Amino acid sequence: MSTAAVSPIDEVKSTPWSGGRSPFNVEYGKLMMWFFLLSDAFTFSSLLISYGALRFSAAAWPSAALVFQSVPGLIEHGAPLVFVGLMTLILILSSVTMVLAVEAGHRNSRKEVLLWMILTIIGGFMFLGCQALEWNHLHSEGFWWSSIPKSLPEFFTNGGKGLSGAAMASSSHAFANLFFTITGFHGFHVFTGVIINIIITVNVLMGTYEKRGSYLMIEKIGLYWHFVDLVWVFVFTFFYLV
Amino acid sequence: MSTETTEVHADHGEHDGMDKKRIVNVLLILLAITSVEFIIALYFVPNFPKFHPYANPLYIILTLFKAFYIVAYFMHLKFEKLSLIFAIIVPILFIIGLILVLTNESHHWIFLRM
Repeated sequence: MSTAAVSPIDEVKSTPWSGGRSPFNVEYGKLMMWFFLLSDAFTFSSLLISYGALRFSAAAWPSAALVFQSVPGLIEHGAPLVFVGLMTLILILSSVTMVLAVEAGHRNSRKEVLLWMILTIIGGFMFLGCQALEWNHLHSEGFWWSSIPKSLPEFFTNGGKGLSGAAMASSSHAFANLFFTITGFHGFHVFTGVIINIIITVNVLMGTYEKRGSYLMIEKIGLYWHFVDLVWVFVFTFFYLV
Repeated sequence: MSTETTEVHADHGEHDGMDKKRIVNVLLILLAITSVEFIIALYFVPNFPKFHPYANPLYIILTLFKAFYIVAYFMHLKFEKLSLIFAIIVPILFIIGLILVLTNESHHWIFLRM
């Protein structure tokens, strides 16, 4: 009994799932960010799928090319997709500056992280400004939560020929509510992202992450920021293209 | 405990697949896909009525491609451990379930509205 072999139950296990380390090989906060984003993805897909279901069941739907055809302050009519294309470009570019910040963080280069973070914040503000203009334009046309323009046929393909006024009114109501709710929820995410980006940038300025020895926090907020971009890709497709 | 954290960090450095060249490549792919969507919406759909039924499926496929590039490269999921990739991707299948259920349901709503 003195130096017997260790019984199987006392053997030290070293598989990824036997404890003592992260089986996913990522830091705790990053894993939790991923799980949060997963739940957020469910929220956004529920909203977008409800939109799809309501649209499928409607007799007609306001045509995106007719509702969104202006560039605020420049072109009033006949320029579909131009302004929203600009918004998409801004958000994709701010996503790229965020990856560049993460990449600079890997090299522990504080100056570069700072530069890319500031550009990301500027991109976020530009997107929010564009969205404010877009909302303002739709509001001036008469769309708002549970409110629709007085003259509806101009927003339907072929001037709404063969459609009853009630059908146009009900689908326009659904469109207005869904558009402002979904882009509003997305815009709120962008706004939150900008606020968190600012907090992170202040921390970079104060050298918090340099003292900590790693810029992992940039990666975590980077995940959130890319997710916002990801959601916009879907919002863009389903509201402006389809 | 401290050795474990350093291990995680060291692994990160090794697995990292995003250098500046790759970031620019992904940006170009995203811009290219977006411009294809624009060409479809602004040129093909207004000029070729026969093309109309293919537009929406094409938009959705192109959007899924964009989503793949953002999640895989920008969010770095492609370079994580397989267990994490599955932990994130598999629950997304529930969304497909909701799409099937609600689109099917919406076809009945049409008759309710009549």
